[in-house]
Amino acid sequence: MAKNTSKTEKKGALSIKNVTKIYDPTGVNVMAVDNCSMEIAAGEVCMIVGPSGCGKTTLLNAIAGFHSITEGSIHLDGELLCGPERPKAEQSAERMVVFQHGALFPWKTLQENVAYGPTVQKALSPSQAMEKGGQMLAEAGLGNFIKKFPGEVSSGMARRAEIVRALINNPKVLLLDEPYRAMDALTKQIMHESLLETYDRTGVTIFFITHDLEEAIFLGDKVHIVTTRPCQLKKTVEVKIPRPRSYETQSSEKFRKLLVEVNDAVHEEAVKAFKAGEREMA
Amino acid sequence: MNSSANTTTVAPEGFNLFIYRVKKKFTGPDPYLTVAGVFLWLFTYWVLCEGLEIWRFTKLPGPVAISKDWFSTTPFQGISIFTAEYYDHISVSCQRILIAFGIATGLGVPLGLFMGWSRSIRDYLFPVIELLRPIPILAWVPLSILLLPGFEGPVIFLATLASFFVTTLNAMLGVDSIDEEYFRAAGCLGSSRWDVFKNVVVPGALPFIFTGLQISIGVAWFSLVAAEMVSGDLGLGYLIVDAYMNNVTVPMVIAMITLGFIGYFSSACVRALGDKLMGWHVKELAQQGR
Repeated sequence: MAKNTSKTEKKGALSIKNVTKIYDPTGVNVMAVDNCSMEIAAGEVCMIVGPSGCGKTTLLNAIAGFHSITEGSIHLDGELLCGPERPKAEQSAERMVVFQHGALFPWKTLQENVAYGPTVQKALSPSQAMEKGGQMLAEAGLGNFIKKFPGEVSSGMARRAEIVRALINNPKVLLLDEPYRAMDALTKQIMHESLLETYDRTGVTIFFITHDLEEAIFLGDKVHIVTTRPCQLKKTVEVKIPRPRSYETQSSEKFRKLLVEVNDAVHEEAVKAFKAGEREMA
Repeated sequence: MNSSANTTTVAPEGFNLFIYRVKKKFTGPDPYLTVAGVFLWLFTYWVLCEGLEIWRFTKLPGPVAISKDWFSTTPFQGISIFTAEYYDHISVSCQRILIAFGIATGLGVPLGLFMGWSRSIRDYLFPVIELLRPIPILAWVPLSILLLPGFEGPVIFLATLASFFVTTLNAMLGVDSIDEEYFRAAGCLGSSRWDVFKNVVVPGALPFIFTGLQISIGVAWFSLVAAEMVSGDLGLGYLIVDAYMNNVTVPMVIAMITLGFIGYFSSACVRALGDKLMGWHVKELAQQGR
């Protein structure tokens, strides 16, 4: 496969080792992540699936440097991001986050949003950044909307622009937290195709949290199913469907089989999570 | 099929857009309701004071008596649109408001932003501000007269103080209102702390700041008038008290109505400036159908 030959040049291998995170906002310790380990190869699309509130986002926040971890360590390409000595990773443009609710700055146009990263990092001059931002937006099919504010475009366009804003910084890893959650099925399809197209072009490592199992299998190289809180790796399913994938893939026999396999594992956890939720309410 | 699609209608711009908007506005009921509302109010006022001459209302000048004096070249009670004195009072009050509102905004907005931005600045200053804020402006009058010389000092001080608290608090709450994810996104993109302040804190807080400024200019007006009533030599507030003391009620009411108009106008200016600075916000609200 073409992917394997280029693996050596690719960057963005994430190694998550025995990570534990304990919150204590009310004096009662809540264990969000418990001794969770995962290896994500460079240039891999890694999908994280698990019940709501299980600690997936906590893991993402730790990688991005929004939160500290209590135990364990996370390495990126062999370099320590956070570990016992440094519980909180430093935020950096090599790990770009695309947020659940979308976080384009509403007071900047799409072009200004995309140009923001290179400008503040002083990688490009403001005018060069604007020019490159405009180009990249045009490549993503948003050429007519570069002067629009995020509030003026559809959620699908805003999400695509947000991914462009991330990619302009040449990140090693793209961290996506249920980015297509609130979208209708048709928009989602287009988003998936656009993300796959972007992936094929850039080969960036993708860490993608989702609840949508079909999305997970369709996009991912590996699907990591995690347990309900505290979050641990339960099962890894490898998706050996060749790329480029198209929408017909979803009706193939292989795809259906994988879906059943993933569904079995997730369903068990979802039931557990639901029962735990009932107990907490009672 | 394509030929009909090619005849595109050009969206109006500039002056044509303005004309379009005016036309559109007058096709709806809103402007007529406003006119009807004003007339109903004036009519009630006239009935009470001049039509039926209801008890106690006879002490007030009615709309006819007021407009006779207001638009007369030789006003019976001394104040009309043709007397220089009228404009002296207006300009003195306006100048004081400009100074007071300027100082309050210039100090209040940065202070509020910094308090919202930095935990330690907030811990340091917020309790003191919260302690001083509930003290009514009139309670500051003796202190300000003792502390500051002349007429101008205390009057401007009182108007500034009132509007400063409103502005500061709103700017701070504006920063609080910014979604945490914008800060995170800015961090990811490699912003320095100062970049975050310029690109997230300031624009993100703007909607709240301008809501605050609209309130604060109103607050500035009423504390200014209160201050002019207690300590002043000129100004619309002084005119009201002076007229009342001398038992000439027409200038008193003229000054009140004038204050209403100027207050309305100044809020509208602040609102217009806000809309101009926050095109993104206006468009966002428009998309939501507001």
